[in-house]
Amino acid sequence: MFLQQIANALALGAVYSLFAIGFTLIFGVLEVITLAHGAVFMMGAFAGLIAVTKFNAGLASTLLASMIVPGLAGYLIDLIAVGPLRKRKFHHLAPMIATIGCATIITSTYQGIFGAEAYRFPFDFVPSTSYDIGGIQLTLLQLIIISISLFLMVVLIFFLNKTRWGKAVRAVAENPKTAALLGIPVEQVFRLTMSISSAFGGAAGVLTGLNFNTIHTFMGGPILHRGIAVIILGGMGDIRGAMAGGLILGFSEILSVAYISSDFRDAISFGLLFLILLVRPSGIFGKVIERKG
Amino acid sequence: MLKGEYITKDFGGLRVLGDVSFEVKAGSIFGLIGPNGAGKTTVFNIISGLLKPTSGRVIFNGKDITNRPPYEITSYGISRTFQNIRVFREMTLLENVLVGMHRLFSYSTFSMFFDLPKKRSEEKDLRAKAFEILSIVRLTEKADLKAESLSYGEQRKLELARAIATEPKLLLIDEPAAGMNPAETEELMEEIVHINGKGYTICLIEHDMKVVMGICSHIAVLNFGELIAEGSPDEIKANQEVIEAYLGKEEWSA
Amino acid sequence: MSELITSFWQTYNTLFYTVFVHGMLALSIYITLSCGQLSLGNAAFMGIGAYTAALLTMKAGLPFGISLIAGGFLPAVVALIIGIPTLRLSGVYLAMATLGFGEVVRVVILNMKITGGSLGLNGVPLKTELWHLVLVMGILIYFFIKLKNSRFGRILEAINEDEVAASVMGIRATYYKVWAFTIGAFIAGVAGGLNAHFTFFISPREYGFEPAVDILTFAILGGTRTLWGPLAGSTILTILPELFRFLGPYRLALNGIILVLVVLYLPNGIVNRDTFTNLKNFFKKEENA
Repeated sequence: MFLQQIANALALGAVYSLFAIGFTLIFGVLEVITLAHGAVFMMGAFAGLIAVTKFNAGLASTLLASMIVPGLAGYLIDLIAVGPLRKRKFHHLAPMIATIGCATIITSTYQGIFGAEAYRFPFDFVPSTSYDIGGIQLTLLQLIIISISLFLMVVLIFFLNKTRWGKAVRAVAENPKTAALLGIPVEQVFRLTMSISSAFGGAAGVLTGLNFNTIHTFMGGPILHRGIAVIILGGMGDIRGAMAGGLILGFSEILSVAYISSDFRDAISFGLLFLILLVRPSGIFGKVIERKG
Repeated sequence: MLKGEYITKDFGGLRVLGDVSFEVKAGSIFGLIGPNGAGKTTVFNIISGLLKPTSGRVIFNGKDITNRPPYEITSYGISRTFQNIRVFREMTLLENVLVGMHRLFSYSTFSMFFDLPKKRSEEKDLRAKAFEILSIVRLTEKADLKAESLSYGEQRKLELARAIATEPKLLLIDEPAAGMNPAETEELMEEIVHINGKGYTICLIEHDMKVVMGICSHIAVLNFGELIAEGSPDEIKANQEVIEAYLGKEEWSA
Repeated sequence: MSELITSFWQTYNTLFYTVFVHGMLALSIYITLSCGQLSLGNAAFMGIGAYTAALLTMKAGLPFGISLIAGGFLPAVVALIIGIPTLRLSGVYLAMATLGFGEVVRVVILNMKITGGSLGLNGVPLKTELWHLVLVMGILIYFFIKLKNSRFGRILEAINEDEVAASVMGIRATYYKVWAFTIGAFIAGVAGGLNAHFTFFISPREYGFEPAVDILTFAILGGTRTLWGPLAGSTILTILPELFRFLGPYRLALNGIILVLVVLYLPNGIVNRDTFTNLKNFFKKEENA
């Protein structure tokens, strides 16, 4: 029974990690907490749904759609809301508030278009076969979710470490002023980061939609505060932290549902968050926060 | 009065301060000088509690104040100004000074809400006192103006007034003469000596050698995070290492 | 004439009451914003206050006033518990911690039997009258006016402007941030109690993230320099949607658009520090004309 839960936890954790990676990347590079990440997650789920139901797309195209649409949204958010705030020196909370506004716009618009009901993927979009791997029963769906998540994470890490743009992103994350002096187009890097991160959020969205076979316009909310818990748990701005934190949260939720009660599952993330804030606010991989004079 | 013992500060792999030890005697004006980036403001940040040293201790009047939070250190009697002036720009001068006098206020929320005598008398008395402090730096006519309307030099004076308002025993002043013309600098030197005369011990970071040599009784020199010399102005002027450290810098004027 | 007033009142009295409640909520977030912190939990505090007060009048038969005050105290206690570990960190942490807090409250309410769970609480006695709202609002306004020229007001403003400089002045920032946050929670709780006793029915859905964003928008639109800003913002944003009812769910998108536009182009909100000077000058010109 416990082994079985591992499969569930891995699938859940993988998606949480995927979501959190985008979130933490934006914080690491732009130093902004985007509260629109839940909204782009929801956009990805719907984009995938439409790709399948209206365009009969296969898995790969669906995934692509679920990343491109939110990616564009992320680009626009930076273009219209977050970007202009960089040039004017406003209150440090201003960008966050702007992303809240963007989230509301996106969510309400989708609610106007799609209403409040839950949508499903077509019945056999992913055949319900399961495999036995080392004593654990993994459904094809779970395998797909875990492998796609892993794949995307590997691609991202490769991008960040081996490509020119990826290294530019890391340089800007380290120090934007220095990066600018080195000739790196910092504004474009910011936009790129927002786009990539939102794309990852969207991928997490469609995978979650597949995992629970439920897509609705309110799904951005619950994932958002789980994402926050994950990045604080893992350390803000740290990708390893997002991955580790996502898995930890996934396991915590599955195990608590299995062994304690399912009633409080939604509160687990907050409990973890609170615990970390009490004990080690910088998170697992975070640097200890110091004040400067 | 203030002793730094083997203070070391590392930022990641970078050693910003290495085994810095010094002593500030009560009643003196102590100068902390050195080329840009030598670590002088870092020393101030560590003393005032904004940074924790990697190792070493800060002792104030016999009490170990290392690693204590800033508000607590202020309560022991240490106050400071900042290199890049951090007055509360949207508050009036009087309010800035009143914030400095935070320690002297004690009325409760309850008193505030019901306008109790304790609140009224504290506000009245401390406002009068704040006005007096503004008169020390000659800014009383602008008392009700917002701090941001002040000139650069005036803002520096306000910061000084605010620091004095905390009723410190030791005042850390960070580059007060930066951006000042010779006349303002003269005035500044007089003010600092005047304040010192009233019993405040002063520790001064400054690049302008005229000021340093003119008013400091004791000087410590930092270079690349290390203490390279300590002594009276004459001793420092003659010190070969110090001269080399400053070689080529325009601030040097013996 | 009096018939017109009576029928107007019958149609719009709930709206009128809601304007007051929203004003109180806007003030509850204003006090935390005024020291540079963002709380997204005030709707949840409102919910705790609403349920506490409603249950006390319904099940324990306590007098209205006592229920209201208790309904303010419970959220305040919770705020203390959440606030102390969170507020010693930078402003962003409170926002993130309170974001998820609404979920916790929702989950707890859903799982307690006495709260009626997901069906909500039905039959809350209609006890709130206009004079209650006016009285509480009056007390709040008085409190904020007293705050402005007191040491507490100065401390909050100093922390907001430059927390580091404030700490060096001897201000224990965490203490005062918690103080502000707790008072905000108390105000939100009382507002919740008042609200419950004229809406007859409450459910966990009303106290989640979206209402919290609304409250934030009230304050940001109105301007956080003075207490009148949030009141102006909440009044406008409570009445305006009534005019835009025909937009349906898109109406909320309007709130989002307003939020973004205000943050970008009107960062100090509608009622900012120049408003009063501008008004004075305007009237002076009229005199001289």
